[in-house]
Amino acid sequence: MIEIIESVKNLSIGFNSQKGKQISILRNVSTNIKKGETVGIVGESGSGKSTLALAMMGYIKQGLFPLKGECLFKSEDLLKMSSRQLEKIRGRKIAMIPQNAGQALTPNLKIGYQIDEALRLHTDLSKTERDKKISELLNKVRLPSPETMAFRYPHELSGGQQQRVAVAMALAGKPDLLLLDEPTTGLDVTTQAHVLELLRFIAKDTGTSMIYVSHDLGAIAQVSDRIVVMYAGEIVLEGPARKILKEPIHPYTYGLLKSIPKLSLAGLPASMPGSQPQPGSINQGCSFYDRCNLATDHCKKNSPDLEHIKELDTNVRCFNHKELISQNINLKTSIKKKSNNSEAIEVLKLKDVSISYAKQKFFDQLLNKISDQNPTVKDINIDIKKGETIALVGESGSGKSTILKSIAGLLKTKDGQIKFENDRILSSDLKMRNPNDLRAIQLIFQNPDESLNPNHTVEQILSQPLKLYFNLSGEELKKNIIDLLKKVRLGEFYMSRYPRQLSGGEKQRVAVARAFAAKPDIILCDEVTSALDVSVQAAVLNLLQQLKEDLGTTYVFVSHDLAVVRAISDRVAVLYQGRLCEIGPSQNVYKFPSHPYTEVLLGAVLEPDPDIKPKLVAEDIVEENPPEKGCSFQGRCPRKIGDICNLEVPPWQIGENGNAIRCHINIDELASLQQ
Amino acid sequence: MQSNLISEDKQKNKLEKTFEILKTMASKPSGLIGLTIVLFHVVLALISPYIAPYDYKAISPNTMLLAPSAEHWFGTDSLGRDVFTRTILGGRTALTVTFFGSLIALLWGGLLGIFCGLVGGKIDDVVMRVVDAFLSIPWILAMLLIVSLLGTSTEVLIPALGFFYGKGIVRVARAATHDVIAKDFIVSARARGHSNMSIIWNEIIPNVRDAILVEGAMRWSWMLLGFSSLSFLGFGVSPPTPDWGLMISNARGLMSFAYWSVIAPIVGLSSLIIGINLTADAFAKALGIDRSTKAPV
Repeated sequence: MIEIIESVKNLSIGFNSQKGKQISILRNVSTNIKKGETVGIVGESGSGKSTLALAMMGYIKQGLFPLKGECLFKSEDLLKMSSRQLEKIRGRKIAMIPQNAGQALTPNLKIGYQIDEALRLHTDLSKTERDKKISELLNKVRLPSPETMAFRYPHELSGGQQQRVAVAMALAGKPDLLLLDEPTTGLDVTTQAHVLELLRFIAKDTGTSMIYVSHDLGAIAQVSDRIVVMYAGEIVLEGPARKILKEPIHPYTYGLLKSIPKLSLAGLPASMPGSQPQPGSINQGCSFYDRCNLATDHCKKNSPDLEHIKELDTNVRCFNHKELISQNINLKTSIKKKSNNSEAIEVLKLKDVSISYAKQKFFDQLLNKISDQNPTVKDINIDIKKGETIALVGESGSGKSTILKSIAGLLKTKDGQIKFENDRILSSDLKMRNPNDLRAIQLIFQNPDESLNPNHTVEQILSQPLKLYFNLSGEELKKNIIDLLKKVRLGEFYMSRYPRQLSGGEKQRVAVARAFAAKPDIILCDEVTSALDVSVQAAVLNLLQQLKEDLGTTYVFVSHDLAVVRAISDRVAVLYQGRLCEIGPSQNVYKFPSHPYTEVLLGAVLEPDPDIKPKLVAEDIVEENPPEKGCSFQGRCPRKIGDICNLEVPPWQIGENGNAIRCHINIDELASLQQ
Repeated sequence: MQSNLISEDKQKNKLEKTFEILKTMASKPSGLIGLTIVLFHVVLALISPYIAPYDYKAISPNTMLLAPSAEHWFGTDSLGRDVFTRTILGGRTALTVTFFGSLIALLWGGLLGIFCGLVGGKIDDVVMRVVDAFLSIPWILAMLLIVSLLGTSTEVLIPALGFFYGKGIVRVARAATHDVIAKDFIVSARARGHSNMSIIWNEIIPNVRDAILVEGAMRWSWMLLGFSSLSFLGFGVSPPTPDWGLMISNARGLMSFAYWSVIAPIVGLSSLIIGINLTADAFAKALGIDRSTKAPV
């Protein structure tokens, strides 16, 4: 009999709406956390996963209150405890690791002191014992040279190292239960893989139970023993991780897994229609009814209960799960082939582009001397063909967004030229560009919450470019707006809505419509799907592809997500520290031989499959500035061959697959090394 | 959860929205008190000429310094004028001058602040240093200089007060603009090639309007105090026009034995200032610019 650490029983949490109606955002949730077990709670934003996780440590956000049920931690109800009683449990028995460790650590205290604080609060150790414990903890989270690390300030560490410190602090009180709320969401792919590896190790080593909350099935797949899938405040599927990921017997989980782009498959994933219902909007029937293609009339009127399937050891909330099983679950079909309609004409050329954020010193300005010898982005040469989708990939700080901004004219280039249509040089100053060039290049941003004016209606938002470029007004303007909305599959009634009344996917559609309003030749997409939920991401990617096929637009697509890039792009350029590492047709970049950096990136991609483990090679090192000499990847390269990498800029080599790689290692040798 | 709260309220036109904001303001006791006081003063200022029981400038040696009675509710002053009449009329000039003064302050301060926030760079540096320089001049000295050079007519007072009280608004408007200037919707408008004027009008003003209006309301109450101080020093309106500051100044020497003639204008002035402050606070809260937000835990 395995000990149960925490059990949630029939928990409902809700709030009172402005009209005094009681709306629940968690409905009848029951689950058990066993000792030493890692439970992944997965769901899209608004599914109630964070509310559930926080309730498990007895915390309920302001404005919310428990409607019924209990959260039993070792047979004591956390929700009924006073704050004094909770103080004794939090940190000592249940510890939490926040999403953004950079913000959770106090910026002006050394990290050794901050861990010491946690130790003083939760243990009775003496000063010398605590000092020993600090380096022990830092060692455990695999931070290099723990003695010196304790005397650093949080800003001196990289994002991954900060997250490790947060883990060390959480472990200080030797908790029975660790709560992790999206602990790797803000991190780079390689760092994320390292942190997950560490968490898995700690779970095994200390026997701590963990609750891992995330929207990312890839990350969940790496750490969890058991997975709980939430939808609209309910548990819809619960069971062993392997079973959930391989044989999802709930149509939502099935659709979710299918909508995730995968490295092994080219082409766009299938998207799920619609979006999650608002809390309080479901009165009867299954909450997934609107989006389910197995739904029957029975589902509309009756809400299914959580049913235990013995042979799969799984709980499922669906009437028709048997049908899904009989349909032969195959997560690899239904990938749409995309047509490549790129022409041979080059529409945009980047020639030797360098961009620097450093300001020229006053004295150098007088002498007309270039002071920054080591710009953020250097020597970028890319020719973009009409109608193709070219993706710029890299971790944060790789300069991919910087390049995008300078194409849009928002950042001045230091050197080099940007040539548009027929080799005409585009000025790097926005004010010097002619209106037609401005119209021809449009931007779509990462976060639609920020890119849409919150005080404008959708109609006002879409009329801005139409008025500016085409001088439309009155009926004609309205007709054009309706056309645009139709193009992005939104109804006419969206015109009078404000952005805050739209869901994330709808907002991004409006942003897409605004970019297309200008009838552009090139659209620059800056991480357009990274703020969206997985099922919505697939829909937006499909929409972008459809629009491109209809209108022949060229996309420059910036993303850190290699699987998304694989799905949408024709050609990929890999960047590290503002320097190009590799460029080529996307199916080839994903094949070996490739640049060591691409190899590292590909190895760190997390797939929602417990059998595919990330391959970790590169060290997790902070690199703030690109190296002045030699190869940009010299500091982290696992295949570094010697001084030549530090001193000389590597030459371009063309592989047999047609992708160009910038590395000192001979390409045939690289191929045999990577076999 | 949040979007659900919002989707409950349906599309509203501007009038309904204003009404909604007023309703939210009045839903808390402090807001209700503030609104009532301000409304009371405004109505009183409008109707006082018609309800005043006596002539405000009628001097009479027979009725000097009478204590409050049924005939003279607030008593009489040293020249025998009815204090009640002069008190209810005394708010008129102050309200008019400061209301229009605040409007001017809002306009120039707000627009200059937004402009500086948007263009940044050297222009911003120069303008802000000039504003700082003006902030360091004691305003009352500068006002005294202006008034003694150009006279004390309302045509002089309104723009002068408007100028001096707009400096602070420049800072607030600039800071509010800085909050939105880095947002992607403004970057997007820039990338599309909109002119600065169009960006200010379409993208920035709707997002900073609330903050500037609230600041304007606070400035109004300070300006009221400032205007009364001027009158108190004898540089506001000229006698025999009834004015609170002037009345306090005249009656101050007799305070020990004729307290009534000084209490009435003081109550009038301070209640209006408190009323405006409470209203501005409630206004800020109703717009969601709450300055007293606590930490969530």
